[in-house]
Amino acid sequence: MTELGSDTLPSVGQWQQILSAPPVWRVKVQAASWTSAALALRDQGGRLLGLWGEAGHENAFFYIHALGLGSTGYLWITLTVQSSEGQFPSLADIFPAASRMERALYDLTGIRATGNTDTRPWLRHQCWPAGIFPLREGQLDGRSFGVDGDADYPFQLIDSVDVHQIPVGPVHAGTIEPGHFRFSCIGEQILRLEERLGYTHKGVERLFQDRDVFAGARLAGRISGDTTAGYAWAYSMAVESIARCEIPPRAAALRAVCLERERMANHLGDLAALGNDAGFVFCQSQFLFIKENLLRENREIFGHRYLMDCIIPGGVAFDLNSAQIATMQRNSESWQRTVQRLDLLLQEHSGLRDRLVGTGKIAPARAAALGMAGLAGRASGQAWDLRVQFPHAPYQNLDVSMQLSPEGDVAARWQLRFREFYESVRLQTQLLLDLPGGDVSATIPESIPDGEALGIVEAWRGEVFVALSVENARIKRCHPHDPSWVLWPVLEEAVLNDIVADFPLINKSFNLSYSGHDL
Amino acid sequence: MTSLIIWRDQCFQILFAVAAAPLLAGWLKTVRALLQNRRPAGILQPYRDLFRLFHKEAMIPEQSSWLFRFTPYVMFGAKVMAVAIVPIIANGLPLASAADVIALVGLLAVARIFQVLAAMDTGTDFGNYGAHREMLISALAEPALLAALFTASLLARSTSLVQIVHLSQIQLFSLHPSMVFAAIAFGFVLLVENARIPVDNPATHLELTMIHEAMVLEYSGRHLALLEWAAQLKLFLYMTIGFALFLPWGIAANPLLTSLVIAAGLVLVKLFFAVVVLALVETLLAKRRLFRVPEFAITGFLFGVIGLLSHFMLGS
Repeated sequence: MTELGSDTLPSVGQWQQILSAPPVWRVKVQAASWTSAALALRDQGGRLLGLWGEAGHENAFFYIHALGLGSTGYLWITLTVQSSEGQFPSLADIFPAASRMERALYDLTGIRATGNTDTRPWLRHQCWPAGIFPLREGQLDGRSFGVDGDADYPFQLIDSVDVHQIPVGPVHAGTIEPGHFRFSCIGEQILRLEERLGYTHKGVERLFQDRDVFAGARLAGRISGDTTAGYAWAYSMAVESIARCEIPPRAAALRAVCLERERMANHLGDLAALGNDAGFVFCQSQFLFIKENLLRENREIFGHRYLMDCIIPGGVAFDLNSAQIATMQRNSESWQRTVQRLDLLLQEHSGLRDRLVGTGKIAPARAAALGMAGLAGRASGQAWDLRVQFPHAPYQNLDVSMQLSPEGDVAARWQLRFREFYESVRLQTQLLLDLPGGDVSATIPESIPDGEALGIVEAWRGEVFVALSVENARIKRCHPHDPSWVLWPVLEEAVLNDIVADFPLINKSFNLSYSGHDL
Repeated sequence: MTSLIIWRDQCFQILFAVAAAPLLAGWLKTVRALLQNRRPAGILQPYRDLFRLFHKEAMIPEQSSWLFRFTPYVMFGAKVMAVAIVPIIANGLPLASAADVIALVGLLAVARIFQVLAAMDTGTDFGNYGAHREMLISALAEPALLAALFTASLLARSTSLVQIVHLSQIQLFSLHPSMVFAAIAFGFVLLVENARIPVDNPATHLELTMIHEAMVLEYSGRHLALLEWAAQLKLFLYMTIGFALFLPWGIAANPLLTSLVIAAGLVLVKLFFAVVVLALVETLLAKRRLFRVPEFAITGFLFGVIGLLSHFMLGS
C-alpha cells in the first residue's frame, strides 16, 4: 500500500492503491460516504467513468461499484448494499452520465438508485421479463427468452400538436449497429433527441462468469469488434494485476503497437465515413483505401485484420521480426504522407468545411459538466488522455502529446482524428525503433490466486476499463466498460442546434459503440 | 413528308429515349465509380436492376390509397410524354406541337405533384420529409427553369421548342450572351431537379438526409422499377432539353432513316461527354447543407434572370 498523493483523495475511508501505473485507488464505503465521495470527486474537477453492480453470495448482499477519475488517478469506490435494503443513493444529480448506468444496474441486479427519477428500463427490452435480474444468482437457470423489441417504451416526448416525432431505427439502411433514435421536431429543427439502446445486449457479463481467465481474454476481445486491442489489453492488465505478473518490456511495446494501429484504423475509417455522410465520396474512397491497406498488413503480420487475440494475459501472442518491422515502418510512412496531403486538400474544400464547421457543437463548459472524455472530449477541450496523464508501460518513455481542440464541433472531431493519426504513426515508429528484446509473454499460472483488479487503457474512443474478480481460478465477476456510456447522452445534446438532415454527420463524428455499451 | 413517316420518326424517338435512359444512368455510375477508384458494376447494370425489379413482388403499404399505386405509372407516363415533345433526334415531330415549353414544365410539375402526394400518402416520416424538402427546393428550381427557357424563347420569339431549335439550327454559329447565362441557369436546374450532388445524394443510405430517395422508400417491385426508369428518363430528358436549347447541332432536319440514326448517334456522343462533366461535378463537390440548397437553386434563378435581362440590354 502506497500513501503517495492520498492527501487529495476524498476522505471517505481507507484508500488502498491496487495498481501503480496507471494509478488505481480502491476504497469501500458506507452509504453515508457514497454521495460525499462523489461530491468530493466532482469538486476537484473529476469525473465518473462507470457504475456497475455485483451480486454477493446467494444474493444476500450486493456491491455497487463506481469508477471515477481525479487528479490522483482512478478511484474505485465500492458500496455494500444488503438485499433487505435493496437500494443505494443515486449519483445522477452529481454526474449526469450516472443515470443510464443506474438504470442498467437495476435491470441487471435489481438494485434501485434512489433519487434517480428515471426508472424506465434501459438494457431490458420486452423479451426479458421484469423481475428477472440476470446477474443475480440462480435467475437464468434453464430459462430462455425471445427476441421481442419494445412496443411501448415510454419516450419523453414534447406534448404539442405542432411537434412531430421521427422514429429512426433500430434497423437502418446501412450496415451499422442497431439503435433507436426518437426525434421530436418542428419542421427540420430538432427539439429533442432520445436514444433507445440495448438492442445488442448479449449477456456478456454473465458469459464471463465461471470461465477461466484465458477463455475470458478471448471474450473480452470480442466485446466491441472495433476496440478489440483496447479491451484485450485492459482485461489482461487486470488478470496480470491479480496474478502479480510483470509483463516483459517487449510485450508492453508490442501491445502499444496494437493499440495505436487500432486507433489508426478506426480514425481512418471514421474520416472516410464522415466524408461519405457529407456526400463526398472521393474522401471516403481515399481513406478507406489506406485503412484497407492497414488491415491487410494487420492480417499478414499479426494474423488478424482487427488484431483479435493478439493481446493475451501475460503478454502478446505474436512477435515481430526485422523484415516485418521494416515493412511496417515503410508503409506507415507512406500512409502518413498520403493522409497529410488529403488533410491539406480537404481543409481547403469549402463544400466539406461548410458541412463540418459549427455542426454538432458541445462547448467546453458543457463538456466538463457532462463528464466527456476520450476523443470527443478532447475535441471539446477536455484534457484527459490516460497515455499522457498516467502513462503506464510503455507510454512513460514515449512522451505522448495530447491533441486538444476547444471548438467542440464536427470539424474539431474531424481534425483531431488527423492529429491523433499522426501521433499514433509517430508512436508506432518510435516503439518499433526502440523495440526491447526478450520474451513476448510471461506465464500466468493456471491456478491464479483469488482477487479483484482493474485494468484500464486509452483506446481510440477513450478509456476502456475492465473490472475483474477471480475466485478459485474462475471469473467471478467481470465488468467491461466502454467510454460510449458517457458519450451517448452527449450526442442527444449535440444535435439540438442542428437540423434533422445533419444528424447522421454528427452521429458519425462521435461514432460510439453499441455493442460495447449494450454488453 | 407523309404523316406515316413522321409518326415512324416519332415512335423511333420515344423508343430510343426509353431504351437509352438506363444506359445513360449506367454510364454515369461507371464514370463516378472510376473517378472514385472503385470498380464499376458495368454500364448495363441499370438494365439488370430494372429486370430484377420487374420480376419482384410489389408491396403496397397498408392504408395507402390509389395515389400510391397510380403514381409510378403517372411518373413514367409523364416522362415518356415529355421525351415525345422535346426535339431529341428530329425536329418538327407530330407530338411536338402538342406542347410548348410552358406546357412541358407543367407536365413535369404534374409528375412531381403525384410523387409528393404519393410520398405523403404512405404516412411515414421519411416520405413526408422527402416530400416537403422536394417542394421547398422545386418551388425555387421551377422559376429558374422557366427563366432559362424564356431566354431562349425571347430569341426565337416563340415558346415552341420546334421554333427555338429551328432558329438555332439556321443561325448555327451566332453567339448570344443571354444564352450563356441561360445555359448556366439550366445547369443548376439539372442538378437540382435530378437529385444530384450537391443537392441530394442519389447513392446515400442515410434516411434522414434523403430528398428524392425518401419519397420512393416504400416502393418495391415493378412500381420501383417504373420510378427508377422514370428518374433515368428525367435525367435523359433534361440533358436532351439542354442539347436542344444550347447544342442543337445534329438534330435531324429531314425524315430520312439514315439521318435519324446519325442524329441518334450524335445524341449519344453528346450524352457521353455531358455525363463525364456531371460525374466530375458530383465527385468534386460535397453535398450541401439542406438549408443551403435553396441558395443554390436561387443562384440558378439569378442566372436565368440575368439571361433575360441581358437579352433586353444587349439585344439579340
